[in-house]
Amino acid sequence: MTPAQLAQLAAAERSAAAAVRHEVAVCTGGSCGSAGAAAVVEALAREAGAVGGGGNIRVKGVGCLGLCRQQRGGPPERVGVLVRVAPENHLYADITAEDAPRLVRSLGRAPLLERLVDTGQAFFTRQRRIVLETCGRVDPARIEDYIAAGGYAALLKALERPPTEVIAEVTRSGLRGRGGAGYPTGLKWSTVAKARGSEKYVVCNADEGDPGAFMDRTVLEGDPHRVLEGMAIAAWAVGARHGYIYCRAEYPQAIARLRTAIRQAEGHGLLGPAIADTPFGFRVEVRVGAGAFVCGEETALLASIEGGRGTPRPRPPYPAEHGLFGKPTLINNVETFANIPAIVREGGAWLAAIGTDKSKGTKVFSLAGHVVNTGVIEVPMGITLREIVFEIGGGIPNGRQCKAVQTGGPSGGCIPASHLDTPVDYESLVGLGSIMGSGGMIVMDDSTSMVEVARFFMGFSMKESCGKCVPCRVGTVHMHELLSRIAGGRGTARDLALLEELCDMVRQTSLCGLGMAAPSPVLSTLRWFRDEYEARLLAAAEG
Amino acid sequence: MAEDLAVSTLIIDGRDVAAEGGRTILEAAREHGIDIPTLCFLDGLSAVGACRLCLVAIEGAPRLVPACTTRIAEGMVVTTSSPRLAAYRRRIVEFLFSERNHVCAVCVVNGHCDLQALATRLGLTHVEVPYRWPTVPVDASHERFLLDHNRCVLCTRCVRVCDEIEGAHTWDVRGRGIEARVITDLDTPWGHSTTCTGCGKCVQVCPTGALAHKGRAPGEMVKARDFLPYLRRMREHGT
Amino acid sequence: MTRRPRLATVWLDGCSGCHMSFLDLDERLLALLERVDLVYGPLVDSKEFPEDVDVTLVEGAVSTRDDLERIHCIRARTRLLVALGDCAVTGNVPALRNRFPVPVVLARAYVENVARQPGTTFDAEVPPLLDQVRPVHQVVPVDVHVPGCPPCADTIAWVLDEVLAGRRPAVGTRTRFGA
Repeated sequence: MTPAQLAQLAAAERSAAAAVRHEVAVCTGGSCGSAGAAAVVEALAREAGAVGGGGNIRVKGVGCLGLCRQQRGGPPERVGVLVRVAPENHLYADITAEDAPRLVRSLGRAPLLERLVDTGQAFFTRQRRIVLETCGRVDPARIEDYIAAGGYAALLKALERPPTEVIAEVTRSGLRGRGGAGYPTGLKWSTVAKARGSEKYVVCNADEGDPGAFMDRTVLEGDPHRVLEGMAIAAWAVGARHGYIYCRAEYPQAIARLRTAIRQAEGHGLLGPAIADTPFGFRVEVRVGAGAFVCGEETALLASIEGGRGTPRPRPPYPAEHGLFGKPTLINNVETFANIPAIVREGGAWLAAIGTDKSKGTKVFSLAGHVVNTGVIEVPMGITLREIVFEIGGGIPNGRQCKAVQTGGPSGGCIPASHLDTPVDYESLVGLGSIMGSGGMIVMDDSTSMVEVARFFMGFSMKESCGKCVPCRVGTVHMHELLSRIAGGRGTARDLALLEELCDMVRQTSLCGLGMAAPSPVLSTLRWFRDEYEARLLAAAEG
Repeated sequence: MAEDLAVSTLIIDGRDVAAEGGRTILEAAREHGIDIPTLCFLDGLSAVGACRLCLVAIEGAPRLVPACTTRIAEGMVVTTSSPRLAAYRRRIVEFLFSERNHVCAVCVVNGHCDLQALATRLGLTHVEVPYRWPTVPVDASHERFLLDHNRCVLCTRCVRVCDEIEGAHTWDVRGRGIEARVITDLDTPWGHSTTCTGCGKCVQVCPTGALAHKGRAPGEMVKARDFLPYLRRMREHGT
Repeated sequence: MTRRPRLATVWLDGCSGCHMSFLDLDERLLALLERVDLVYGPLVDSKEFPEDVDVTLVEGAVSTRDDLERIHCIRARTRLLVALGDCAVTGNVPALRNRFPVPVVLARAYVENVARQPGTTFDAEVPPLLDQVRPVHQVVPVDVHVPGCPPCADTIAWVLDEVLAGRRPAVGTRTRFGA
């Protein structure tokens, strides 16, 4: 497949789409999928055929459209899916299979007002979709759709440049790892490229395990080709010929779509032995996890791919030099790879013009919790938490007040409402005792017990600890027990002092990030909400 | 590689030391009579850096590093003991005592136990964190050996000696976190194992009374580990 | 004239081995009794734990409701509390029952292993067992821990010398769990 052939295919696909009068796109993301998206697609397609729409109406499933739920208080009257109609650009919410006849008959006529979503609201207008630029536009099961939207053009463009130039572009973009650590991506690629050895690997960390995080899921299910394209560009840049996507078993939809996408890409010569008829070959395989959060830690992930127990290894050596099967390995998060096609297409400087001085580009967040608008959003770095919660998020439902925003999952912390004007960037969040994390963002109202929040996350870390190192294996159990005592009103001042001491010890002595960061939610809530802990302590000094 | 042959000079606890490049901090320290406490490490087996007792501070490094897996570098400045490190080490040993059921007074290795020796060495006289008193089993199915999970510290020395030295890989670990347990074969009783050669190396390398010979009274199980450095030397340098 | 230090000894759920070790001071006991008033314990005749005790050696773990009440009283009336021996310091052998519910423990002791008159109904004199046996410091604050099963007489003698001289003994390297 040469660039010319790719462009031809894209053009043919686009004109076929243009020939259709109406496109009805049904969201098949996580939420809408469980709300019956498949049935809605089927019903709409049937109706389209029934009204003789055949060639005039195209019904397709697309990836997550973003606004999973608008909570106005009280239980929802009906549970349905999002549907977008083109060319009118109407967005409907809560569409069920029963609505299909009405919806089809409304095409080209008056819209269904009671289902209409205002696409001029901040939730949509304040986003900057780069990672998600094609998610929600393309049918994830059709490579042709992705190609029509410009897909794989960046890969072919990259193959015409020397690998060092591609790396330079990524470095210029200022992209930092989106899995949470924020390590400069260009630097990581450069390290792997320079590592000795002809056998190298590219691995995509799709083991998204934070409770409340569904960003990577959205990309994997809604736009799998984008991830493949990013990985292939990376492979060219670092000199790898084999790649793995390690996807958690709890995302069967993503696994299926990835496997389909790989097959389709290979069929078009965009993956496989000779990509775009060049000598460069790159094969990708999906490896499925087995229910361990710790396998999101890179060395545990690699151990799992190798067939061993998913337990981390001491670093150094780092995977860039000694990784999968002992070979230099580039391992990046889904969102990091999904940034790459746009960077290659527009140039690194383009991305660097978005965001802040040290945090370039955008970040995808799963906005959830006590907030009106829940769903997946993509915003420029540097936007404030206040904007995210109150403008994009639509504020707090049920007449309550915002108490805190939790980022970084079990490795992160809570930013109190008093600091909502904090810009969202790597350094600012760390300065307040949290981290960027992979993108989980949970809004908490004033009914939330912060001690309970800490206890919940410690319980998660405790259950997910791999058990290899003593501080994490045993320390999380003791910290969880102390938090339970305090939360239950049975804790003493000595218990609290011991908890704080163990937080320091576990953080300093654990083998991997899981243990090191397990105390973070405790330390964060102690920093901003200490009074809640102290109010629960028993008066007696008895130990 | 070239740097493995070169000698590096570094500072450990304020002392200038010279050691062969490629050595670990633990090796270099021990060569100079500086003994860093360890538990999961055993000379002759691969190092895993799991128990975290040997953590040392390196000037300029943001985190503590395990001496058993970290290689020395020219000009490194290492601190192996400090009040802070001592406090962390005591807590690690406390965690181990609290995790399972370690009753020294009635244990076969009383007086000859690595865990007990660590407590003495670190000046640990009581365990502040609450004892868990979990219910864990004893596997007495083997004809000659006994596995008592109550005494296991999950150091994985048994796993490594069986895999790396005996070559049978009878031992491994199942489960996760606090539920993790050493197992034989696919969690079959030891006596029914089809891979165990009965060599007893695991019993000897086990730091506590978790693995022991049957028929020993409290304090009677004394481990003999000389075979390990001997075998390693023979395998590295031939006859 | 300053009064002599008041020393008490107590055994809770222990085997009395630590007290035997104490008695192993042999002739040093005579010198000790010149220096202190032994005001309470299994070795003397007092019925009630007195007020204003300077040092109490506590042997044994806290296993029954009676132990629990006594240790609170002892702590309130003692200046320096020494947990003596592994039972008091770690729970040790008595704590081996912790993984079993109390009814199961009682059934094993008084029904399954009994030839005559098996039964678990007791008269009011027998204190109820606590769900969990606990080392002393998990119930009341302890000032000095002396592990050992039992700690040897030399160790006990040294600890007493230290505390009577007003020092907190650094017990660490002199004895150990299971010593």
